[in-house]
Amino acid sequence: MSDETATLDVSSDSDATEVDRVVIRMAGDSGDGMQLAGTRFTDASAVFGNDLATLPSFPAEIRAPAGTLPGVSSFQIQIAHDDILTAGDDPDCLVAMNPAALKKHLPDLRKGGTVILNEEAFVERNLSKAGYEANPLEDDTLTGFKVIKVPMESLTKEAVKDTGVSGRDVLRSKNFFALGLLSWLFNRPTDPTIEWVNEKFAKKSEVAAANIAALEAGYTFGFATEATKSTIIVKPAPLEAGTYTNVNGNTALAWGLIAAAQQASIPLFYGTYPITPASDILHELSRHKNFGVRTFQAEDEIAAVGSTIGAAFGGALAVTGSSGPGIALKSEAISLAMMAELPMIVVNVQRAGPSTGMPTKPEQTDLLFSLFGRHGESPLPVVAAASPSDAFDTAIEAARIALKYMTPVILLSDNQVANGTEPWRLPDLNDLPDLKVSFANKPNGPDQKFLPYMRDIDTFARPWAIPGTPGLEHRLGGLEKDSISGNVSYDPNNHQLMTDTRAWKVDNIANDISPVEVEGDEDSRILVIGWGSTHGPITAAARNLRKQGEKVATTHLRHLHPFPANLGEVLDRFEKVLVPEMNSGQLRYVLRAEFLSNAVGLDKIAGEPFKVSEIEERIMELISE
Amino acid sequence: MTTPTYTRADFQTDQEVRWCPGCGDYTILASVQGFMADLGVKREEIVFISGIGCSSRFPYYMNTYGMHTIHGRAPAIASGLSSSRPDLSVWVITGDGDALSIGGNHLIHALRRNMNIKILLFNNQIYGLTKGQYSPTSEIGKRTKSTPMGSIDYPFNPVSLALGAEATFVGRTLDMDRNHTQSLLKAAHEHQGSALIEIYQNCNVFNDKAFIALTGKGEREHNRINLEAGEPIIFGADDEKAVVLRDGQCHIVDRAAVDASEILVHDPERQDPTIAFSLSRLSHNPDGPTPLGIIRKVQRPTYESVMSAQLVEAQSDRGPGDLSALLASHGTWTVD
Ligand code: SF4
Repeated sequence: MSDETATLDVSSDSDATEVDRVVIRMAGDSGDGMQLAGTRFTDASAVFGNDLATLPSFPAEIRAPAGTLPGVSSFQIQIAHDDILTAGDDPDCLVAMNPAALKKHLPDLRKGGTVILNEEAFVERNLSKAGYEANPLEDDTLTGFKVIKVPMESLTKEAVKDTGVSGRDVLRSKNFFALGLLSWLFNRPTDPTIEWVNEKFAKKSEVAAANIAALEAGYTFGFATEATKSTIIVKPAPLEAGTYTNVNGNTALAWGLIAAAQQASIPLFYGTYPITPASDILHELSRHKNFGVRTFQAEDEIAAVGSTIGAAFGGALAVTGSSGPGIALKSEAISLAMMAELPMIVVNVQRAGPSTGMPTKPEQTDLLFSLFGRHGESPLPVVAAASPSDAFDTAIEAARIALKYMTPVILLSDNQVANGTEPWRLPDLNDLPDLKVSFANKPNGPDQKFLPYMRDIDTFARPWAIPGTPGLEHRLGGLEKDSISGNVSYDPNNHQLMTDTRAWKVDNIANDISPVEVEGDEDSRILVIGWGSTHGPITAAARNLRKQGEKVATTHLRHLHPFPANLGEVLDRFEKVLVPEMNSGQLRYVLRAEFLSNAVGLDKIAGEPFKVSEIEERIMELISE
Repeated sequence: MTTPTYTRADFQTDQEVRWCPGCGDYTILASVQGFMADLGVKREEIVFISGIGCSSRFPYYMNTYGMHTIHGRAPAIASGLSSSRPDLSVWVITGDGDALSIGGNHLIHALRRNMNIKILLFNNQIYGLTKGQYSPTSEIGKRTKSTPMGSIDYPFNPVSLALGAEATFVGRTLDMDRNHTQSLLKAAHEHQGSALIEIYQNCNVFNDKAFIALTGKGEREHNRINLEAGEPIIFGADDEKAVVLRDGQCHIVDRAAVDASEILVHDPERQDPTIAFSLSRLSHNPDGPTPLGIIRKVQRPTYESVMSAQLVEAQSDRGPGDLSALLASHGTWTVD
């Protein structure tokens, strides 16, 4: 049913079959180098000109025993001749480097799909580690699939024998053999990979030579043995003209923060504590000290957010990042920043929870926590990144709101955005918004007094006066403050006024953000609305159904608080509103509460993204109701 | 620009100071305000950051930049400020509950990093703001609202703790001794790196006379061990006591019973903290002879200086950040 997942028929008679889309999954033990092979295949496909999307899946344990199911690591990519938004549902082609990889991923392989097996790994020991009682290569396990069995280990050994690698390094190259075979099967250029290998292993020429030899051997194997009757061609996609790179969400987010600090002409400070899946933001930012980026690996999550508050007071673009459990620890301090009205960004790369949950798996279960997870009345702006490349723009938008309105902003990402990749057309840097901040530099009250809560009449932001500025010495703090002087106040009317003002300041941002736009059929009965990483599967599902003649409209929210000003009116235009979410209906809950909407949901809390087909089915259910 | 000439009044705010009458905090405030006037640092470059507790009201009464934050977190907030703004003079005001109980983690990490922040720990051995529960420095057996049968928690010795946390500067003083307090504040300011000053502070409402052994007439003469760099450690009303090192440990002895050459000469700049630690163990609680003064003062690069040096090094190696080069750094391809 799903068009966003292609069909691959390798039994056709011609030499090369042309298809619009192919979904490939490479799976092996975490030591087998599947992520690397996947990334190289991705780059080759990008250079070739396909649209693509990828999604890696890492084992939860760092060193799960080799050969076991928990040790399996996989990488999925969809390559396409047209515009796609997801890494695809069920793979058309599966590479399984060992029995555990086969056992774990075969159930997902499309019926009739191709499975490429490292046949020498299917020995008694590995079979039993994977829990196979009989060898799946010898019973009917693989019936209905196109099977390519390859003696990958002996062929790799043979290929690298003159390159100078020895011992355990010999078999390390077998991922390149698999990559070579895939390159032949899917008509990918190998030059970009060879170039990359030569650069990457410039100092270890024997490793470079071995990898290239294995890559070429894999390619030749396919060609010489006619491993399949036909290869597959996925022609380049008609992408918008421009310069592209392939980026994952954590990197794009880090770059967005660097860009925002430049646009604001203030230094970037990132205070954080290592946590999956947010740590890569720290790794990326810590590499760019030449941009003046200061990264602070704090002793714990609370110190991380605390340091960020200190840096914000000092005039930096101050950012802290974590995932759900860490954000929970930061909650008290975020309320302090809210009370002190200091600009900062709190990044939450959501993962499957609660508690330690499934740290390497995606979920969107922290929306209500972001909106309401603080003590007292403490509304904060919340924004969410919809895709890996969108994390760049969302980071800049979070900074814009924080700096303009003097408020902490919560930026939601998730495992799928963070680790997924997609081609990104590089922005024209001249188009980035001007975020220039103007620090207070002179007293704003009578008698040369500085009044830290005297607000801007448009934004209701209080002035940002940073230490070092003469005459503006003032004290902030968690105690309620007088609405103008900033002195500690227990006056009941003042507390009411300050509470209302803080909420109003945030609500008012609704007038300063883009209105929601409806994609698709305005006259549809159904609006599908999402936020965050469900953008890909929702949009793909709607497009597929439209191709089949159904009327479907979609919209996607970057701003979760406040909502765009026109959201209520847009919801009212549709008879039915569907909210697919990787949680138990958190956005739906808010829409129903805020707009008295009759929104219905499609909830998935399985630690994996929606399949496009799942959303299509739910939409069809509503259409036929 | 030259620093204006200040008086103590320049550091006072228009806020009514609200501690209980007779509280030791008043004296410390006066000491700090007076010291700041003579410091030679511009008022706008000074920041006071506090946590929660009686002492943590302090920033409201200092006419500098300041932040009254949340319980235990002041060292973390100060670390973010100081590392991103190494040009500032950053002071942390905290108490025994704030620094050693809820905020213990931040305290030890700020010290080991040698963050250039000056931490004034007002130790009154009680929770004052919450009206009288025992604190992590209260003595064993202390009867309080939360320990009607006596506290069963073994207390911290803050100086020992700071030494164990790799602090480069550790000192101890008394609220009522303004000159001594100010001399320590000055030394802490001049020190490059983190400084912890434990200030014994009398809470006359919930824990009065906790430090009577060091403040009471007839007792203080016997119990104050005033440490002076380069001087032999002798004390007592008639200097009749001395500290010697035996088997690697500090011991209090009758001065007359030892040869003068045996008396330990105080050297706060000794890199190895072992003797400083042993000195701090002469009294676990201030109910007998207790060392006061600068216990340790050693040089180690500050966190801020190394962090800034890395930024400079990165820029000289790779040039200033170029955003378009960064976005293209993973390789690009062009679609026409
Ligand atoms: S409770 Fe004790 S420490 Fe607090 S203000 Fe009163 S006397 Fe001072």
